[in-house]
Formats: sequence, C-alpha cells, structure tokens
Amino acid sequence: MSDVKIATRESYGNALAELGKVNPDVVVFDADLAGATKTGVFKKAFPERHFDCGIAESNMVGLAAGIATTGKIPFVSSFAMFVAGRAFEQVRNSVGYPHLNVKIGATHAGISVGEDGATHQCNEDIALMRSIPGMVVINPCDDIEAKQAVFAAAEHVGPVYLRFGRLAVPVVNGEDYKFELGKGVTLKEGNKVTLIATGLMVARALDAAKELEEKGISTRVINIHTIKPIDKDIIIKAAKETDLIVTCEEHSVIGGLFSAVTEVTSLEAPCKVVPVAVMDTFGKSGPAAELLDVFGLNAENIVKKVMENI
Amino acid sequence: MDAKIKLALEKVAVEVRKDIVTAVHSAKSGHPGGSLSLTDTLTYLYFYKMNVDPKNPQDPDRDRFVLSKGHTAPALYSVLAEKGYFDKAELLKLRKTGALLQGHPDMKHIPGVDMTTGSLGQGISTAVGMALGGKISGKSFTVYTALGDGEIQEGQVWEAAMAAAHYKLDNLVAIVDNNGLQIDGNIEDVMSPYPITDKFAAFGWNVVTADAHDFDSIHAAFEKTSEKNGKPWVIVQKSVKGKGVSFMENKASWHGSAPNAEQYAQAMDELNAIAKELEAK
Repeated sequence: MSDVKIATRESYGNALAELGKVNPDVVVFDADLAGATKTGVFKKAFPERHFDCGIAESNMVGLAAGIATTGKIPFVSSFAMFVAGRAFEQVRNSVGYPHLNVKIGATHAGISVGEDGATHQCNEDIALMRSIPGMVVINPCDDIEAKQAVFAAAEHVGPVYLRFGRLAVPVVNGEDYKFELGKGVTLKEGNKVTLIATGLMVARALDAAKELEEKGISTRVINIHTIKPIDKDIIIKAAKETDLIVTCEEHSVIGGLFSAVTEVTSLEAPCKVVPVAVMDTFGKSGPAAELLDVFGLNAENIVKKVMENI
Repeated sequence: MDAKIKLALEKVAVEVRKDIVTAVHSAKSGHPGGSLSLTDTLTYLYFYKMNVDPKNPQDPDRDRFVLSKGHTAPALYSVLAEKGYFDKAELLKLRKTGALLQGHPDMKHIPGVDMTTGSLGQGISTAVGMALGGKISGKSFTVYTALGDGEIQEGQVWEAAMAAAHYKLDNLVAIVDNNGLQIDGNIEDVMSPYPITDKFAAFGWNVVTADAHDFDSIHAAFEKTSEKNGKPWVIVQKSVKGKGVSFMENKASWHGSAPNAEQYAQAMDELNAIAKELEAK
C-alpha cells in the first residue's frame, strides 16, 4: 500500500475526463454539485458535453434515460443520498426497468461524508441499487480501481451504479492492476479467517489482516468491488477453506455487502459470517476519520470481531 | 386541414376508439377515460404528423413519442396496432399473463413504444433527454410527449419544464390533455393545476391551445410548433374524458375501470354508428 491518499470522487472526475477523450458519446449530467462530485473536471475539458441540471435529481435521471435512447452514454452524478435515494424511483422505472445504458456516478457515499452529517451520509444506496434487476453495482476501493471501473462501466451495456467517497483513501492496488467487472480480488491468501471488504474498508481490512497475522491467525483478504453481480466462486471458496468470514463495508448492515455475501453462503456454503458495518443507525457530524472509528469501521473493530468469533 | 385527410383521420380515430374499448373490456381492467380523450391527438401524430415507419421502429432519425400519462397505454397500443407495428390480435391479450402488451408502455418489448412509462411525471423528463440528445447530435427529429392534467401535479414535471426551456429545446412538443378529471375526481377539487397555460409560459415555453376532438384545431396547433424560436412548445388541449362513448364522457369513474359485457356492447354500437356516419360522408 502506498502512502498516497486520493478520494475516489477525484478518481471519478479524472477518469471521466480521460474517457471523454476516447469516447465521444459520453455525456455527463450533474445537479449543481460539479465541484464536489468532480464532474467539473470533465466539464472543463468538454463543456459542450456536460449538463448541469440544477438541484433536480429526479429530472436529471430522466434526462439521462432519454438521452441514452439516442445513443449517448450518460453519466449522472450527485451525492449517493440524492441520486440513489431521492431519485430511486426514477432509477428503477426510467432506467432499470427499460435497462437503459445509464451510468450513475454517486459520490459522498457512506458516513465518511463527515461534517455534513446524517442527512447527507447515505448508508443505504447499495441496498437500494442492488434491489433493481439488471443493475450493476460497483464500489471501488482506491484511485486505481475507481478509474478503471469508470471505463468498465462505459464498456458495459446497461445500467451501472458506481459508488465513490469524499474522503482521501490509501491506494491499495499497483499500477499493473486490472479491474474485471464481477470478479473479486484476493489481495492476501490465508486459511483461517477471510475478510471480505469493499470500498474504503479494503485498506482497513488489510491493516486488520496484518494485526491478525501477528496474533498467528492466517487471514485471507478479498476485495469485492462489484457487489452485483457478485463473485460467488470466490465467496464459496472462502466459506469452504476458512473457518470464519467477516464482511467489512461502509454501509448499513442491511442490504449491502454483508447481505450479498450471506445470500451466497446461505445457499451454497453455509458458514459463520460476521458483519463490520453501520449497524442500522443514522450517521452524525464529525471529521470523517473520527466517524469511521466511532462507527467501528476500522481495523481495530475488524480484529475484535475476528477474535470474538473464531 | 384538407377535408379528405380530415375525414380519413376521423375514420382511423373511431377504429382506435373501438380498439381501446375492446382491449380494456378484454383485459377487464385498464384506463379507458384518458385513452379516449387522447385518441384524436395520437391518431393525428401517428397518421399525419410524425416521421415514423412501423417497418423501422428504431430508425435513429425518426420522430419520438413519449406517453408520459402512461396509464392511457390502450390508446397508444391501439394507434400502434392500427399503424401496423404489431398484430391487432395483441390488443385482446392486453394486461394478461404472458402478453406483449403490459399494463403500462414497455419500450423493451413492444414495437413502436419509444419509452417505458407509467410512473407519472417521469415521461416528460425522458422526452427532454431525447430532445437534448437530438440537439447535440445535430439530428432534426422532434420529440412529442403527452401528459395528463392531473399528472402535472407531479413536481418532476416542472423540473423537466425548467430544463427544457433552459436547454432551449424547440424540438420538443408537450401535450397536456386537459380533460379536467383525475381518478379522485375533478382536478380543481383534488389539487388544481390551473392556470396551466400561464404556468408553462412562466417556465419559458411557447403555449398554444387546441380542441382535442377537432382535427382542424389539432392541426393548427401542431403546425405552429414547427416554428423554431429556442423555446419548447406545449399544446394545452381541451378534451373530454371518455370521448366517443356517451356513458363514459366526463365521468371520473371511467378513469380506471373496464366496461362490462352490456356496457361494451353499447359502446361498440355507438362507435359503429359514428363509423357508419363517416363512411357515408
């Protein structure tokens, strides 16, 4: 892991600007948050392909659905709370049901939004988006993965939900990393415990694994960047080869990674799965790094959960 | 408009009305009232105004139509069937298990349906997106969308109205089907959307009015919309809910209910009588 920290929303904006150069069909919609979601980077490069919809997320999703029928590849952006939450029904009925080629770039997901507090901290977006048939849900862990995920989303024909964060996070992957849609990544082998993490929790799971190894517990770490469709094989393998799975996510324990993983294990390889997640509660104001500790979304709590359950 | 063309459109419209009543009767559910109020306008669009070809329903240069008031799918389906997009026999399977024709328009499976709609307020946003796509691609197609007068109570309609004017989409024509009734009753009693024309004008749209059941009036209104002045167009058309079937006319109760066998027979008798009159002309 390098010492460089980059927020995946930055990666998103930079990747969009790169994608715009090679794909003239890419258009970007924002709802008065181009500075925060970083689609402003694309706007600077391609002003004629960036459309500010004003503070009207529901309409923005509809515009994207309509323009997708004319052959464009729209990326719509806002905070996760508003594009997945407020505009949920538009995403379901105008994008998901007709399976239109719309990409949703949701930034400021999870409690790491920080000081803005609970109204802006969306811990429910993965659950909402995952419930829509045909929707691909991607939650990248770092800058390198986030950039490649944007390109992969553009290649995929159909709706894609991309989840990005506001907080600068460590770069986990090397420059040679190759993102593959729907494929989990084993970052570290181990045979006693498996930590299955997504998003910014991947770096924290790697930290936890180091501590667990020091305690003599062989720990596997898997990065699930694509939560839907989920990589069943890598989960079943972990369920069969290790004694315990701990899922690690910056999302509600209801409907996110924990749910997705247990949906696989309960059918295919029943085993004990313990969540590290936001435990069915709203967020609160505070610096992001402190909040992650307050909500137990850190290496310390992952280690604790392993020790309690092994 | 030319008298011969007008008569031909009137003849198609009465067939469409018969199809609507037949489909809803067969389905034992559906929305005949608002379908019948929109019939003449849809007939005009598909049989006169729009550049569409049932043999090439995905032509990228075609004009588009979005039925924002998606519950009046029987009207759209009947017009599409009359136009030859699919077999008229499909109308008898409307809303049934395994049927092509879903309760609300489904663009993925039904030939000629340009957008999946049904959740009110959403269709107009997608129409704005299509018109924007046409503009930035340098295409000359026009996007038409029809809204209910109750539907415009949805806030999203006004988000879309703001966006269409902001992006100067004069290739967009919205129709507000002002039949004055919604499922709970008179629109003025439920939640008045009036004044509709003033609201759209205030949002930066060109506004025209029409009599929804007079092809001369419909034609005059749509002719005006070919003027391109950087503003989207709205046609607020005064219509009669249930038009053409005496016992359904101006009755909110026919918003979302199907005729029984006796009512169906009476409706068809009335429509056949109109058809006969038109044949004699």
